[in-house]
This record gives sequence, C-alpha cells and structure tokens, in this order.
Amino acid sequence: MLKKNSNEIRIALIQLPDRDVARPFYLSLFENRLYNFDFSTPYYLMKLYLKYDINIIFRKTLEEQLGKLGVDYSINGLGEVEFNEPLNVETIKELTSLLSIYGIEIINDHKSEIVQRIKDSITEMIANSSIEKQHKTSTYLSEKLAYSYAYLSSIFSESTYTSIESFVILKRVDRAKALILEDRLTLTEVAYTLGYSSVAHLSGQFKKTTGLTPTVFRHIIRERNKSLKN
Amino acid sequence: MNLDVLKIVLVDDDEDDRLLFKDAIEEVDMNTNLLLFSNGQEFMDYISLSGQPLPHLVFLDLNMPIKNGMECLTEIRSTSKLKELSVAIYSTSSSDKDIEQTFIKGANIYINKPNDFKKLKKIVRQVLKLNWQYHTSNLNRENFLLSI
Repeated sequence: MLKKNSNEIRIALIQLPDRDVARPFYLSLFENRLYNFDFSTPYYLMKLYLKYDINIIFRKTLEEQLGKLGVDYSINGLGEVEFNEPLNVETIKELTSLLSIYGIEIINDHKSEIVQRIKDSITEMIANSSIEKQHKTSTYLSEKLAYSYAYLSSIFSESTYTSIESFVILKRVDRAKALILEDRLTLTEVAYTLGYSSVAHLSGQFKKTTGLTPTVFRHIIRERNKSLKN
Repeated sequence: MNLDVLKIVLVDDDEDDRLLFKDAIEEVDMNTNLLLFSNGQEFMDYISLSGQPLPHLVFLDLNMPIKNGMECLTEIRSTSKLKELSVAIYSTSSSDKDIEQTFIKGANIYINKPNDFKKLKKIVRQVLKLNWQYHTSNLNRENFLLSI
C-alpha cells in the first residue's frame, strides 16, 4: 500500500465496524494523515492503533458531498438531512451517485427508513454504555424515534428476519469482538463496558451467538491474520 | 415483506446431500436464489467469469473430487474480488482442530453436518438469517465466525 524507501509499511490493524458506510473516505483520511507523518526519524512502524468516531466520519462525508450540490441543508443527526428548498430529480440523482461511493444510500420508503433509524440508534446505544445503563432498550427507542415500541418492533421483525432484541445481542457481541481484538481491556473490563453483569454472562452470549468462546475467537482471528500476512 | 433476494451457492459432490440441502433452504421463509455445483472447480470456473454477480453466501462441502472445499476456500480468500464473500464449510468432522483450521483459512461459518433433516433445516435457517444481518447491518464481516 504505502511505500517509503522500498520498505513496505504494513498497516496491521484498522478496525472498521461501520466499514460499509465510510470505508473509502476513511481510508483516504487515514492515508493523508500518514503522508504527513515524519518518516525521517528512524521509526519502525508496523502497527497503528486508531481511535475514531464513526458519527464524525459520517457527518464530515455528508457535509463534503452535500457541499458539492450548492443547496442549503441541515443535518438532523442519525442519517437525516433536511433541505430548505425542494430538490429536483437531477440533484437527487447527482447526490445518489456522490454518496454511493461511500456506501451511503438514500432511503425512500418509510419502513426502510424506520428500520435504518432503529439500527443506528442501537449502534449508538451500544457505543455509549451510559445510555444503556439509564434506559431499557424499548424506552430508549420509542422515546428517540417517537413511535411505540410495539410498532417499531413489528416493522423491524417484518423486514429484517430478526427481532430488535436479537439484533441488540448481535450488535453487542460484534462490539465485544472488536474490544477483545483490540486487546487493551481484560474480559472482565469488556463485560463491564458492555453492561454485562459478569464475564460468564458475556461468554455465554458470545458462545451462543458465535459457537465459540471469546478466547478461541481471539486465537483464531490472530492466527488468521498471521497466515494472511505470509 | 422483504423483497431482497439472498443469493446462495451450494458446492457438494453428493447428489443426495445437494437435494436435501436444497429442500432445507427452500423451506426457510426467506427470499432465496440457489445455484448448485458438484465440485470446487466448477464453482471457481463459474465465479471467475467476468460480470458474474457475487452470491451472498457459499456453502462448501469439504470432501469433493477435483477441487475440495479447503482448496476452494483458499482460492476464494486469495482472490480480491471474492474477499467479501461469506463462506460456510460443512463437514462431518466435529473436531476442534478441523474447525479451527477452516476458520484460520478464512471460513466464516463451520457447520457440522447433522444427520437428520429437521436439524439441517434449523441450522440452515439460523445461518441464512445471521448471514443476512452481516450483509445489511454494518457488522464487521472480518470478525464473522459461527460454529454450529
């Protein structure tokens, strides 16, 4: 990928949980940073650990692309953009193609929109453990999206082949995987961060979702990354 | 009602197994489109044709003539345009070592072949639904592992 004096620099760990949304943009951002890196110091860089906020990336991407249209807009958070004047078909087409490079799609039916907003809210809830500690998922979602939980839950099940409850578990385990691979926290700390009552509870749900224990999972991913390098 | 179609490929040399699997997939209440191949080489030839739409999920039997499941998996993972493909290996082996090896070689799902149709249906349903989430919900596909 990036070369300096023919020494290849391998970027070993870039976690992109929302890779479908912002990957190309994210990578370009990352490369720009790296080009500004001072390579003159004798520094053997093999791994970079990055901290990032997917919401900022998403917002910045939107702002950049919407800026190209030359129309007034405001971003209402959670994937909602409001325009001050109606858009014509050409502009919508242009925006669709501008955003498609980043894997961002314009949703134009009510149910898909609700489902997407539920998913986004759950992602936010799991990333921010204080929300989860203060609210039940059902109250959080119905307050945030201003629909009854029964309504949200039936739309969700009907179009995603899963229930909101199962989706929350899947998302939480996905985050647990990322934290386990980051290796900065112990299993106990991961369990606490994600609001599990104990390591046993985390391991149980992990095993139920993946068929593997957290330790075996980490071992496999590490071995896989090693074998891909060779 | 979800109108998106889940495109599935099944590669297995045993005709009875193929039919059984096909029945199981058809009984899942999802909109699916299934293609069948009888060995790894046939599938690789098909998928290498340019402009071929990629399936969402490929089921690979391990023991096949000409090109077996492991060789096929290795080839898939070393082909850049196939990197995003979810691969499910299914085999009669339930040894932890075999399971671990297939995951390390890049499989996402390991299915221990069940011996009755009811179990097969249950497993297929669970795999299809989980895979669907990975294709529609911004989950990290590089960390997608399921042993069942």
